[in-house]
Amino acid sequence: MSEPAPPPAPASSFPHRHLLGIEGLSRPEIEHLLDRADAAVDISRQVEKKRSTLRGRTQINLFFEPSTRTQSSFELAGKRLGADVMNMSVASSSVKKGETLIDTAATLNAMRPDIIVVRHHAAGAVHLLARKVDCAVVNAGDGAHEHPTQALLDALTIRRNKGRIEGLRVAICGDVLHSRVARSNIILLQALGARVRVIGPSTLIPAGIARFGVEVFTDMRAGLDGCDIVMMLRLQRERMNGSFVPSVKEYFRYFGLDGDKLARAAPDALVMHPGPMNRGVEIASDVADGAQSLIREQVEMGVAVRMAVLDVLASHLPNA
Amino acid sequence: MGEPLLLADAHLVDPATGREGRGSVLVRDGRIADVAWGATPGTPEGARRIDCAGLTLAPGLVDLRAFVGEPGAEHRETLASASAAAAAGGVTTLVCMPDTNPVIDGAPIVDFVLRRARDTACVNVLPAAAITKGLEGREMTEFGLLQEAGAVAFTDGLKAVTNAQVMRRALTYARDFGALLMQHVEEPDLVGEGVMNEGEMASRLGLAGIPREAETVMLERDIRLVRLTRARYHAAMISCPDSIEIVRQAKHDGLPVTCGISINNLILNEGDIGGYRTFCKLSPPLRTEEDRLAMVQALADGVIDVIVSDHNPQDVETKRLPFAEAADGALGIETLLGAGLRLVHDGSLTLPRLLAALTSGPAGLLRREAGRLAPGAPADLILIDPELPYVLDKTKLKSRSKNSPFDEARLQGAAVLTLVAGREVFRHDAFTQDASAGTA
Repeated sequence: MSEPAPPPAPASSFPHRHLLGIEGLSRPEIEHLLDRADAAVDISRQVEKKRSTLRGRTQINLFFEPSTRTQSSFELAGKRLGADVMNMSVASSSVKKGETLIDTAATLNAMRPDIIVVRHHAAGAVHLLARKVDCAVVNAGDGAHEHPTQALLDALTIRRNKGRIEGLRVAICGDVLHSRVARSNIILLQALGARVRVIGPSTLIPAGIARFGVEVFTDMRAGLDGCDIVMMLRLQRERMNGSFVPSVKEYFRYFGLDGDKLARAAPDALVMHPGPMNRGVEIASDVADGAQSLIREQVEMGVAVRMAVLDVLASHLPNA
Repeated sequence: MGEPLLLADAHLVDPATGREGRGSVLVRDGRIADVAWGATPGTPEGARRIDCAGLTLAPGLVDLRAFVGEPGAEHRETLASASAAAAAGGVTTLVCMPDTNPVIDGAPIVDFVLRRARDTACVNVLPAAAITKGLEGREMTEFGLLQEAGAVAFTDGLKAVTNAQVMRRALTYARDFGALLMQHVEEPDLVGEGVMNEGEMASRLGLAGIPREAETVMLERDIRLVRLTRARYHAAMISCPDSIEIVRQAKHDGLPVTCGISINNLILNEGDIGGYRTFCKLSPPLRTEEDRLAMVQALADGVIDVIVSDHNPQDVETKRLPFAEAADGALGIETLLGAGLRLVHDGSLTLPRLLAALTSGPAGLLRREAGRLAPGAPADLILIDPELPYVLDKTKLKSRSKNSPFDEARLQGAAVLTLVAGREVFRHDAFTQDASAGTA
């Protein structure tokens, strides 16, 4: 006799109504999401990509900040699970006419959506909105606070390529100060047992970051030494010219990932970037497109992770 | 002024001298006529008598920093509502800030505020005037004429005077008139986009931080200028231990420097922001618990002279927003005493020291007679039940706005009776003692 199959995961494997951040999630909860995402990868690789898990459900993507890739990733994820997906862009919405976030939330809530996916430029805005609606809320990025699905997709990508996260040495490089991706990744990777370093000029390193339990490096070569994963962050254009770093030229020289600096990492180190990339600013083209790059795969994992998240949250909805 | 009033058998606290003990106070014609320590004297002929039953009798609080909103922002607070809140909080004198609309930067506006206060307010309202015209930080106001009109101090309110040359000239000129300049010690360029204390907590919440140096840089610069000009300078609110050392040194060097602190920085810390509570978005920001403890110690040591409410009513529309987009400020005048008593109950401060920072300290800076239990002083008196327990309910606050950081907080101790110039302006439901005709 083969061993009995493990019992199906109980609904309480992810007992939260919303996904507002990685902070507050336990290791088993994170691993549960990653396992579900692993299964979702296969769905997207089939000819018939459509499931009916979310049939009849309404998903609203509410993006106060422009985003092409995250919004389309959430849209595809919802559609592949059978949900009706509506994209609300701010440019044409009443927010531009002075409506407050809370009023927008109340208005959307009255339309009885099942899931709202929110991106907002202010930290905490998604939490504020989540308190005012009856449906499930997914944080698709709030200010410099959190971007939980990005951290989950990064973890999934790492796990599928390295077979594990525990014990890996991960460097997160660049504009950590303004990065919600960095925050969510630090919390998640540490929860799964990785050793995390952050690398960047001191003007782009947040105060008190060492208290997160990370090692801080301002010398990229030293920081990359022996790392298994090199995670690059995007540097916003408005921060390049004298405000936080003097110039693109100088930034690329000291903090741009080129083949020479990458050689300091472990020989089988893998390179990641949440996109969209600034080629020649934080990453050299040949590295971005090179054999060690996982950047395309991250995008694929993004859809899978978002399918898993929508699926898990939908199981808590009334009448589920 | 009506018949004399004997406040009999109270626990007297005179913050000006630090003396406390059993005694009675006789009020006549709006002033303290007699302070009898020890045994209760007989009630004089024709006087009314209130039996204080051992409750604490002290001078009413003097709040050096309250934003009111009249004229210009009456939806947030009026002189009437602010003074009702003050009376309920045991505050008998409030200094209102000049960032009204129009700004209090000319004698006619001082006159307007004083007349409105006379007609509508139940406590003493003393206007502070702007240091610079329109609070723009460029040209100084008419210190002499404003003082003659009744301005008691000068401040640009929520804004610091950032231009060092303007500040130097203002200090130089103020000295000739003996004027007191109260500076909001925050360097705006260092505050930048910051919305809370810089450090681990801000980094975790993804909020931009305000470094302590935003305060200390401005404070050190100003004290250099005071050293040069010898004008009376008051740092309105300090929030971090480095500032304590700067002020301590300035005092040690004999400079006319004093400083205050917001009640919020004495009672709350950055952890109270929790899940983005905008009622705790303040300027200066709430700091760490270690900072808070150091500030309480500095208050006990006397380096910090004054506690202010930093009362800043904000309506719902400016607070029900994402944290970074919400307005700064919290209500404070009605909870000032109750919150401050926490420091007495936890053993950090003696009651006379707490009350000195709330009464004789600020009154002394304004060169007023209030804030002491002595014959001749104004009969601005409060009866405090220091043990009275309650859970604060913001809907019951008298302010027009409801942005209290102490909503639902458990507090112990409150004013149960407030007198301004001998006239009863507030009485707590828990205090039922009637003034009765005396039986000599």
